[in-house]
Amino acid sequence: MSFAARVCVSGRAVLGSGGGAQPLMGCRVRAGFPSPADDHLDVEIDLHAHVVRRPASTYFVRAEGDSMLGDGIHDGDLLVVDRSLEPLPGRVVVIAVDGEPTVKRLARLGARTVLLASNPRFAPIPLEGRECQVWGVVTHVLHALPGAAP
Amino acid sequence: MIALVDVNDFYVSCERAFAPRLEGLPVGVLSNNDGCVVARSRELKALGVAMGAPMHLLPPAIRRQAVLLSSNYALYGDMSRRVNAILAEFSPDVEVYSIDESFLGFAGIEPATLEAHGQRLRETVRRDTGLPVCVGVAPTRVLAKVANRLAKRQPAFEGVCPLEADSDVTRHVLERLPVVELWGVARRTGERLALMGIDTAWQLRQADPARIRRAFSVVMERLVWELRGHPAIDIEDLAEPRQRILVSRSFGRLTGEPSDLQAAVRQHAARAAEKLRRQGSLARAVQVFLRTSPFPVGAPQYRNSVVVPLARPSADSRDLLEAAGRGLAAILREGYRYQKCGVMLLDLVSGQARQLSLLEEVQSETTRGRSQRLMATVDRLNREMGRDTVRFGLPRQDSPWALRCERRTPRYTTRWDELMRVKTG
Repeated sequence: MSFAARVCVSGRAVLGSGGGAQPLMGCRVRAGFPSPADDHLDVEIDLHAHVVRRPASTYFVRAEGDSMLGDGIHDGDLLVVDRSLEPLPGRVVVIAVDGEPTVKRLARLGARTVLLASNPRFAPIPLEGRECQVWGVVTHVLHALPGAAP
Repeated sequence: MIALVDVNDFYVSCERAFAPRLEGLPVGVLSNNDGCVVARSRELKALGVAMGAPMHLLPPAIRRQAVLLSSNYALYGDMSRRVNAILAEFSPDVEVYSIDESFLGFAGIEPATLEAHGQRLRETVRRDTGLPVCVGVAPTRVLAKVANRLAKRQPAFEGVCPLEADSDVTRHVLERLPVVELWGVARRTGERLALMGIDTAWQLRQADPARIRRAFSVVMERLVWELRGHPAIDIEDLAEPRQRILVSRSFGRLTGEPSDLQAAVRQHAARAAEKLRRQGSLARAVQVFLRTSPFPVGAPQYRNSVVVPLARPSADSRDLLEAAGRGLAAILREGYRYQKCGVMLLDLVSGQARQLSLLEEVQSETTRGRSQRLMATVDRLNREMGRDTVRFGLPRQDSPWALRCERRTPRYTTRWDELMRVKTG
């Protein structure tokens, strides 16, 4: 383990392609010996690269409806979906159920795999007997707050 | 070894990747403005709908059950780019051959593991893009194409077919392959080959190369060598299927100068336009691509491509150069040293067939006639006085830019306001 304890990180946020980069307020407090790895030059923090780990398999989709509010997914939110990730239980997935793309959480109920909505008003959906095809795994939600550009 | 990877029913598969309900339905993709079928799903072919059929001439019963979509070139171009990015993980040497076909150098891969490598590639593309691909692997491009066809038609191969130069399987396959179905053998050539007693690919392979060269051409002789397993044909020299025209070239030295790329793309577009007119076709879209060199390892890598639809099918160099220039501007990034760029003309239609189309936007006869005469003159001057005697300057400013595409699906991957919608409830 490194002795350097990072308290907060400084860097610059990218304001989108073409826009200028602006420093974030920040500082770096060190304790102990500096690590040689910290000598590299900071350039900028790229949110796209942070969120999109595998560009060829990553897609942006738009959520509709409010049954996934408990997972932080609001109506109209932007979802980042990586098709290369494995649809493990516990992950939120985009899945085509009878041809209709849907967002749900995958879960195991006993020996069965089911889809859960995060709103308790919706019952778990068993996958048996339906035409189901996992489309991708949702990795991030981008939710706009008041004041954000439309 | 060389692999040929191609996406099954590419345009239709792209549509299905974002609209799973289209799976199993008869789906057709229409050209913009003139409304002709340019891509068909298996189910639509089974209904007897021909390639190039104008939509308004389809029987009402078929129009009712089929899903007919306008072409969504932004989507197809982006999906093509994604597929090639994935292929680059499987080989440092990816050569784009068309919007849905690429050659991969598989040099140095253990022969025993070729099939597994191909299967992994196929599964990765399927997983990451939803697109089904087939892989043919062989010592030459021509044999790889034969192998790819087998992979597609024989379910037993599960989408990946390796073909050795000398094996019983190869012989069996070539003996059953009519020579006219080989890459680059036109029907007329086939008739002349038949007179020499050559009907199958195997008979062509067994023919005396020198005799074939005397009777036909150097290119036909190379085909014999390719069939025997000796690489002899470059990607640029492969006889072209009449559905697309490719002109690409590597730079003599790597370059990061935008003006070098602009000049190269203009030149490629002009050459492609000449070829297009020579075969009496019109193009409906232009694809532009560029890439850096995979070497030296560690240098910044970039590859990209984009498809620019044309307002109407055209063989006018001015339209094609203008589209190619806009395409390049959209994908060119500074700070890289480029090795190669190219221009591809897509979804070609014969000049005569187009006259039948009634839906097409009216372009006055005078304008069309003037364009044809101008292009004929340019081609004649360049033929008689040497290539590049007449070149095209800056694009004209009055290019019409209204596409008719009411049935286009959303541009799911290239527009913020057209993303795929997923229901939470």
